Amino acid sequence: MIEPSVLVVDDEVQFVETLVKRLVKRGVKVSSAHSGQDALDALAGGGATRTDVVVLDVKMPGMDGLETLAVIKEQHPLVEVIMLTGHATVESAIEGMKHGAYDYLMKPCDLDVLMEKLNAAAVKKHEHEAKILEARATMIALRRGD
Amino acid sequence: MTTSNTTDLSHAPKISVRSMVIGLALIVLAPLVITGAMNLHQFQVVYRNKVDNELAVMIERHSFIVDSFIEDRLSDVRVITRQHPIERLSNADFLRQVLNLMREEYHGAFVDLGLVNDEGVQIAYAGPFNLEMADYSSAGWFEQAFANESYVSDVFAGLRGSPHFIVTTQRRIGNEVFVLKATIDFEAFNALMEGIRIGDTGFAFIISRAGKFQTRPHFEVALNRAPYAGVLDGRIRSDRILVVDGENLLGQPTIFTFAPLKQGNWLLCYQQETSDALGKVRRVVQLAIVALLVVAAGALVISFFVSKNLASKFAEADRERTVMTHQVIETGRLASIGELAAGIAHEINNPVAIMVQEAGWIDDLLNDDDPTSAENLEEINRAVGQIRTQGDRCKEITYKLLSFARKTDPSVREVILNDIVEEVIGLTSQKTRYANVQIVKELNPDLPAIQASPTEIQQVLLNLVNNAVDAIGQPGGTVTVVTRTEGDAVVLEVSDTGKGIPEANLGRIFDPFFTTKPVGQGTGLGLSICYGIVEKIGGSITVESEIGEGTTFTASFPRETDEELQTTKPNNEREDL
Repeated sequence: MIEPSVLVVDDEVQFVETLVKRLVKRGVKVSSAHSGQDALDALAGGGATRTDVVVLDVKMPGMDGLETLAVIKEQHPLVEVIMLTGHATVESAIEGMKHGAYDYLMKPCDLDVLMEKLNAAAVKKHEHEAKILEARATMIALRRGD
Repeated sequence: MTTSNTTDLSHAPKISVRSMVIGLALIVLAPLVITGAMNLHQFQVVYRNKVDNELAVMIERHSFIVDSFIEDRLSDVRVITRQHPIERLSNADFLRQVLNLMREEYHGAFVDLGLVNDEGVQIAYAGPFNLEMADYSSAGWFEQAFANESYVSDVFAGLRGSPHFIVTTQRRIGNEVFVLKATIDFEAFNALMEGIRIGDTGFAFIISRAGKFQTRPHFEVALNRAPYAGVLDGRIRSDRILVVDGENLLGQPTIFTFAPLKQGNWLLCYQQETSDALGKVRRVVQLAIVALLVVAAGALVISFFVSKNLASKFAEADRERTVMTHQVIETGRLASIGELAAGIAHEINNPVAIMVQEAGWIDDLLNDDDPTSAENLEEINRAVGQIRTQGDRCKEITYKLLSFARKTDPSVREVILNDIVEEVIGLTSQKTRYANVQIVKELNPDLPAIQASPTEIQQVLLNLVNNAVDAIGQPGGTVTVVTRTEGDAVVLEVSDTGKGIPEANLGRIFDPFFTTKPVGQGTGLGLSICYGIVEKIGGSITVESEIGEGTTFTASFPRETDEELQTTKPNNEREDL
């Protein structure tokens, strides 16, 4: 069982705080950000290697979820993103999925469901990384072979 | 939901039946009157010419008759003078025979005959007066008669004391000169003129150049007045036939006609009142006026019915328009609610999400090994407090939405614009926050109240603010809401720092269904609803925009105390249940 490392991004400070506490209690490594820009800064500041999954609220003042998603996917393609939406923004979530988000969740969400998705996403990321490592190893082996 | 509202009809423009009747009647009658007047004038001119010509012809004919009469009498006398020896002519008995013959022949035109010698003594006489041996040497005609071969005198009283005129011819025998003198019966001559009577006022008479009447005029005539005076003193030439306008003694416009007689020594005068001469014209004018009046009456009646019909159609259209406006406003309000609901659903999701999290957190803590530890209890207390806080937040949001959705009351009351501004800004705060829009309020705290339906004003403001936020778009900006007074009006201004409205669209933005938003995102009704509402309460709404700078909508409302609105207020106090 992989322990996922998660970045929660939402402008609702209270929401983020409690979610972080609950995730920590479940042994998840969690950090938080309150805007799209904060999240990007956190990822850029070395968080990317430690962060497996970003939980990203779609509707935020300033840089919104979709924009943030685009930048994350561009700068950190391996990081998985789960979109968090209100009712009115399901379409945005679908849009996000088309642009590379792993999944989406509707607020208010059940923590168990979130945990499942976090784990799945983390597994996917780790598998992904493993494949990359494997590919690299094969490449190196091939080079040695000749 | 009640959509009927009686006050609206009073705002509809009234089309008065009277003004329409007048307008239509004018349109019909003006050309009629103008062409009628032109035709009549033309007719009058032509007819007048015709009358003048007829008069000239008539007077010429009579002047010819009179001239012939005199000429004939003169020839008669000349024949007698030449035919008979002087001895016979000196014989009174012979003269009497001749006179009788002539009287028989000419129906008494001749009164008497006399032979006058060159000393002026009438040596022979035949006639009703006792004038034998009368001395004419000092008579006015004597010199003329002996100077000319033949002579026709003016009318004069002479020795007999009654008006008459004479014709004379000479007879020379050696050195002696005799003059045969015949007196023409004045009455017979007069009858020539008396016979010329046309219409009620037309009559003819003869005057001499010296201004003496040669025949008796039928009506009184003053020769010292125009145009007679002018003709007599030569100011008006009268050597040919002359037709002039003037006034008679009664002051009536009169046509005067003159023809020279007796080689210009006399004038045949004819006068007739113009209205009499042009009697036919007057009848035509009367007929035309009667016809015009009949047509006018007809036009009035028709235009009255047409106008009444039109007015009722207008009123009907107005009523329909009012109902439509109401439906459109209602539709627009529902659309606004729909738009709001989307934002509010998201807003409500946040506190709900927090509450769920907190509840889950408490759950987590209770499942802990030691749920009653001081640290856990404190955390549970905080979580419960948070749930309460977020619950209140939900309540507030739902309350706002409900208060907007439920108020459909179009009744007019005193409205403080500032309160509505606060309310609407609160309602749109979520939308503006996510759109990166800052709302700046510049509210005049002493703003007077206006008379309006609060819901409708709310809608106007909501539409304007929503549009302003939409216009700003992604980069964010500022929406400024200003309230102020301007003269007698209360002004609401909503300006944005958005992209501005192209000149081409500026004229159409208040049109229903005009929108620049993608299909499905805007009904195109927002601004037309604002326009309808503001106009309805007697205000006005204008827009100013500069590309790249932003747009400002200015709505100005009349400052309340409108009697009409006050009195109709009870009718509109309807509660929507």
